[in-house]
Amino acid sequence: MTNAARPRALAATVALAALVLPWVVARLGPAASYMLNLSVIFAIVAIALNLLTGFSGQISLGHAGFLMLGEYASALLTLKAGFPFWAALPASALLVGAIGFLVGLPAVRLSGNFLAVATMGFGLAVPEVMLNWAGLTHGSAGLMPKSPTIGGFSFGSDVAYYYLALFCLALVWYICATLLRSRTGRALQAVRDSEPAALASGINAAYHKALAFAISAAFAGVAGALYAHYVNFVSPNDFSIQDSFLFLAMIVVGGLGSLPGSLLGAVLLTVVSQLSTSLGQFSIILTGSVMLLAVLFFPGGLISLARRRRPTPRVPAPLAQRSAAGGS
Amino acid sequence: MFWQTLVDGLAVGSLYAVTAIGLVLIYKTSNVVNFAQGEMAMFSTFIAYQAFTHWAWPYWAAVLAASAFALVLGWAVYWLFLSRLSRAPLLSQIIATLALFLLFRGVAGAIWGNQPFSFPTAVQPTVVRFGPTLILSTQIITFAACLLLMALAYALFRYTRVGLAMQAISQNMFAARLMGVSVGRVYGFSWALSTLLGAVAGMLIAPTLFLSPTFMEGVAIRAFAAAVVGGFASLPGAAVGGLLFGVLESLFGFYISPAFKTTFVSLVIIAVLYVRPGGLFGPRTVKKV
Repeated sequence: MTNAARPRALAATVALAALVLPWVVARLGPAASYMLNLSVIFAIVAIALNLLTGFSGQISLGHAGFLMLGEYASALLTLKAGFPFWAALPASALLVGAIGFLVGLPAVRLSGNFLAVATMGFGLAVPEVMLNWAGLTHGSAGLMPKSPTIGGFSFGSDVAYYYLALFCLALVWYICATLLRSRTGRALQAVRDSEPAALASGINAAYHKALAFAISAAFAGVAGALYAHYVNFVSPNDFSIQDSFLFLAMIVVGGLGSLPGSLLGAVLLTVVSQLSTSLGQFSIILTGSVMLLAVLFFPGGLISLARRRRPTPRVPAPLAQRSAAGGS
Repeated sequence: MFWQTLVDGLAVGSLYAVTAIGLVLIYKTSNVVNFAQGEMAMFSTFIAYQAFTHWAWPYWAAVLAASAFALVLGWAVYWLFLSRLSRAPLLSQIIATLALFLLFRGVAGAIWGNQPFSFPTAVQPTVVRFGPTLILSTQIITFAACLLLMALAYALFRYTRVGLAMQAISQNMFAARLMGVSVGRVYGFSWALSTLLGAVAGMLIAPTLFLSPTFMEGVAIRAFAAAVVGGFASLPGAAVGGLLFGVLESLFGFYISPAFKTTFVSLVIIAVLYVRPGGLFGPRTVKKV
């Protein structure tokens, strides 16, 4: 944007509104507060996924798997290893990030459709492992992690937890924004735009691709840990392959390669899917329709509507060119 | 017991192979991986269920009706959605098929509900004995039907006019269009055919897995695995991959752990792609700048 003052004023307004929001929403009842907190937690996942897909050009159909790993990591660390929540949260981020790095290793050599298939396999495998590794995870009986406390204060209420989640969201946003402006961030986007050109400029494409996976997984792990200690129950049924699709829908509807877009998409789709949960199947029908409409009519996402005057399209071009899947 | 596991693996593997061939047909022509393949097959199988159970049609009439439905469904999905996205980025195409996945699953759940339904078999299951190995007549029918379908798909691709057009498009779409190939029509045809293959696999496996909106999820991921073995580019590769996965998974389930089958399949996918990103039988791909 040429005019720097306007977006800054907008950002300040949004931030202020975010601080007041829980008190307004609380008047609508506990279901609305739950939806709000879920939106904040899912916004972290959307930013994580956008970092990977929108900014580094790698698709993941397995982010629900990372989210679930974060849930279990944090629940197990607090319940079985006696970690306090405040240590378990960063520890699960590191743990899930390390797993993300391992999953990202094959991704170094894959792109497009093949990467989608590989990550989808990962996403299907995680709930199965959690269900059947009963000695550690208690199978379908699940785990019951406690709400975090600090001093004598418990984050058991919706409003208190909102601020905790919001703080994490702000932190993740800040880290991502800083990262994207750094040398590493530029390298990620260069690899996205043209891998051969990036290689020719001396960028280690393989390292940056795996790094993007690791960071994205770590943030998804943070969201998982936050979710686990919010609902105080963790089971293999929490997230499925459908949720991986939902996260992808968030960033596509919101806007690929845009942090505000991730936020917008996360809030919109969380509300849509939660509101329609009472309507049974209509939740996924509505989510699917929104995805389809977005792809057909707003390929740049909702955020592109706000950016109409910009001449350049916001959809990362390289995903178009990499229609041939396969080798490097 | 080994032979028993092998026979069971081959029977179920042939279903994976047929579904995988459907995936490869679409991918080879239009470069789209149809992530909704399993759900479209599920939906078609529900049509057969509806005709058989609620309208009391005979089994074969229900199967034929569902097959016809599948052909139309595949064609319609292509014309309504994917044809509009032929120039869109790859990610948009993937998202579109994922959206269709959710739509079909949601609509099926809304119409028929989420509980598992039993689905009829083509013949009364009887047991054929080969020494200690037991083979069900339904397994034989499944295997034979799948081999026949695979042979037909291969022959169609290799020896017919429309097959030639598909090959031409997969080699060079632009040149094919200049030679007078109606690209859209061929795409529509491959979508229809692919959906039919998936639907037949769905109807054959539904008696074992029980029919529900999620029942094809496991089959679909194995079909992806099988297609990956062939690099998504080779029909025989996908067929071999399907049978291989059926057998491997069956052996793994019997000798190691039945609970971690999907995990095993996923690990194999990731391992194969890591070692050979173009698939075991796939061509080496060179990325254009």
